[in-house]
Amino acid sequence: MTDMDQELVVDTNRQISRLTSTATATADSASGTATAEPMFEISDLAVYYGSFRAVRDVNIAIRRNEITAFIGPSGCGKTTVLRCLNRMNDLVPSARVEGKVIYQGVDLYGGDVSPTEVRRHVGMVFQKPNPFPKSIYDNVAFGPRVNGIKRASALDEIVERSLRGAALWDEVKDRLKTSALGLSGGQQQRLCIARTVAVEPDVVLMDEPCSALDPIATARIEDLMQEMTSKYTIVIVTHNMQQAARVSNRTAFFTAEVSENGDRRTGVLVEYDQTQKIFANPGDERTENYVTGRFG
Amino acid sequence: MATPLVDLRRKAAGADAGFRGLAIVAALMVLAILGLIAVTMGARSTDALQAMGIRFFTTKRWSVTNQLYGAGALVFGTLLTSLVALVMSVPVSIGIALFVTQVVPTRFRRPIVYVVDLLAVIPSVVFGLWGISFLAPKMVGFYRWMHAHFGGIPVVGRLFGPANSGRNFFTASIILAIMITPIITSLSREVIDTTPPGEREAALALGATRWEMIRGAVLPHSKGGLVGAVMLGLGRAMGETIAVTLVIGNALGVIGANLFASGNSLPAIIATDWGEADTLQKSALIALAMTLFAMTLLINFAAVAIVNRSLRRSEGS
Amino acid sequence: MTAVLDTTSAIDLTARGGWRATKNRIMTVVLATAFLVVMIPLALVLGMVIMRGLKVMSWHFLTGPIAATEQRAKGGIGPAISGTLVITGMAMLMAVPVGLLGSIYLHEYGLNRPVARAVRFMATVMTGVPSVVMGLFIYVVWTLRYKSSGFGGSLALACLMLPIIIRTTEEMLRLVPRELREGALALGTSKSRTILTVVVPAALPGIVSGVLLAVARAAGETAPLLFTIGAARKVNWNVLGGANTALPAQIYGNANSAFAPAQGRGWGAALTLVVIAFLFTLVARLISARFATKR
Repeated sequence: MTDMDQELVVDTNRQISRLTSTATATADSASGTATAEPMFEISDLAVYYGSFRAVRDVNIAIRRNEITAFIGPSGCGKTTVLRCLNRMNDLVPSARVEGKVIYQGVDLYGGDVSPTEVRRHVGMVFQKPNPFPKSIYDNVAFGPRVNGIKRASALDEIVERSLRGAALWDEVKDRLKTSALGLSGGQQQRLCIARTVAVEPDVVLMDEPCSALDPIATARIEDLMQEMTSKYTIVIVTHNMQQAARVSNRTAFFTAEVSENGDRRTGVLVEYDQTQKIFANPGDERTENYVTGRFG
Repeated sequence: MATPLVDLRRKAAGADAGFRGLAIVAALMVLAILGLIAVTMGARSTDALQAMGIRFFTTKRWSVTNQLYGAGALVFGTLLTSLVALVMSVPVSIGIALFVTQVVPTRFRRPIVYVVDLLAVIPSVVFGLWGISFLAPKMVGFYRWMHAHFGGIPVVGRLFGPANSGRNFFTASIILAIMITPIITSLSREVIDTTPPGEREAALALGATRWEMIRGAVLPHSKGGLVGAVMLGLGRAMGETIAVTLVIGNALGVIGANLFASGNSLPAIIATDWGEADTLQKSALIALAMTLFAMTLLINFAAVAIVNRSLRRSEGS
Repeated sequence: MTAVLDTTSAIDLTARGGWRATKNRIMTVVLATAFLVVMIPLALVLGMVIMRGLKVMSWHFLTGPIAATEQRAKGGIGPAISGTLVITGMAMLMAVPVGLLGSIYLHEYGLNRPVARAVRFMATVMTGVPSVVMGLFIYVVWTLRYKSSGFGGSLALACLMLPIIIRTTEEMLRLVPRELREGALALGTSKSRTILTVVVPAALPGIVSGVLLAVARAAGETAPLLFTIGAARKVNWNVLGGANTALPAQIYGNANSAFAPAQGRGWGAALTLVVIAFLFTLVARLISARFATKR
């Protein structure tokens, strides 16, 4: 149903061609790396805040060097699941996780696992750009400094490499010591991406990274995400399903179900498959309703 | 499963936990200091309390020669000056708070607040110096006039007794009133500002004048918090030492209705008598300090609880 | 018949006269009067301090030694200024780290737990402890054993400053947005390092402003010093060694004097102290104003 793909995509020719190139890339990677161990194996995951079950029955295998998108209406647990992947849910005192999250063979919630270590491997970019009120240089150098790198020459090299990797170097190379708060929203978000990759994680989680940005900044970050997959695995939560269709290899669709007593909604994973299939030929009726815009 | 590809165990030493421990210890210092004050000073007061027994709190005598020490007149002086100061300060303070929050246009608010807060920056000893050099001498004439004209009225006239000098309860009350006004004003402002704009706008939309809106929406909402603010001002007035010492007259054993009588207060006598006190007298002065500590603690306890409750209640709305 | 525009039936929206409006106007005047009333003592006190203080002000006055007797015409407050500097400075050195760490516990670790709530409550209550009580407290636990010294005064002032610093610093930490902490934690930074390298620097202007205000208040306190520092006539930079003096103590001592020269010195010291306090307050307000506009 390639016609339906193109119906969904109402943007420029550039994006249409990107869609077809994603499709071929997926086909390539699907055949080439099918046997590689998944980055994350999420089995029977459920997350509780106190006694309230926020999301249940999540089973997903996140593949290496791919972009996986979590889509679905508000309040269905996408961000909650995302934040399990780097133990950020620990920050909420009442949060409790059941089920398993295996990261490269290690149980993330195992006894001797340190959340701080986890986050060195699994980075995160947030919905609203949150640069530190420091200089651009100090923002990017922050992570490496925490990891013990002190020599100015080493830091310089890392800062340049990361800013190039975030497609921001040319715009800021002459004002590295100025405050990061002077950048535009799109630049700040790319700075946050540079900051995240400066510690060389394996995974970059993105929680609606473009929702606060204009379409041009959004397009630049989507281009950036494509380039990043050669080195990183990306998991992105997005409200914009066209975005998911544009950039991701695989998509997980969540929805919210009203709980037993009818007052709160519990998120549940409905379907997880290659993006092409989710949008062109979804297996579940709820998925089809969502991606065709009948609701949500 | 083969050996894990990544090592996710804790790397750094207990530095993180150590920092947290340090922070807890620092926070607990507050409780430790308050507890130590109670314990150590309580211990030092026992000499005097044993010597005087319950009379320590009931008698107004304070005689070094006879080694008789009673808190009666001092508690009286503290309460009298503080309450009279409140009577003078509260209308002015709340008036300023209402003026700044309801009448003054927004861009003038900050400068006016700054100016009022300047009063709080002036050290208390400077107020004392001004009191003894300027206020007390200037007020004597006024006190004598008041005594001459109102001293004869039955009952009420007892307030306006003879004035030997300008250094008396009333002058101390004036100085205290000046000093506690910025405190009460600033707290009242905070409380009044929590009035939900919706309530104010509703009153104005019904055609109320600004004063009617204040009476109908702002004051009922802020009542609790304003009481708390006033109580905090009371606590501050009761504890003020130096300014009061210089203008209260330092007379012993004075309990009576005459506002223009020279008198004494708990902090004032501690300051004046300490230098030449012997051990028993020092113990008595420490006992006085503990009395003052207990009184201000009680008032501040209640005040903080009331202010917290009213601020919390308005956070919900 | 042609209809004539009847203007007399148009709705009248002009301000009403009558008792309600008059009462409103009266109350506005009353409220404004409250403000003016408080300006009178402010002007009188500041005026007198400036006038009488300037009369004795000179470089010699600011640096010279304390007069031996009250009647002596010459004499300065040099030792008082040095005393105020070292005693207040030492108090700051003790109160600021403890206050900062304590407020970090309250906002970053303790939050709403019972211990944190108790500390927060008692810290607010502690701001109301009379300074004379603090002074006697330090006399009992320190001066009795170690004799009069500037350090005793510093201890007492630090106890007075601690709850103020804790409260204002916690307010400032609260203003730092959660996203900043999450951003640092997501990079694999430990909590303590996040606090020290991201949160505190972000809140620093407000914290500094609060500290300056606490210092200004402490510098003006007399009662805590009366029982702890003794009296000195010469400059004593050693806060741990021997008696000392300070500006408030000199003002107090001279205020009671019957002799004009001593009184004049009291006013000079008062002017100096008021200028110092105002300067600190001004800088504190400037810093917090710049902090506010940056956000």
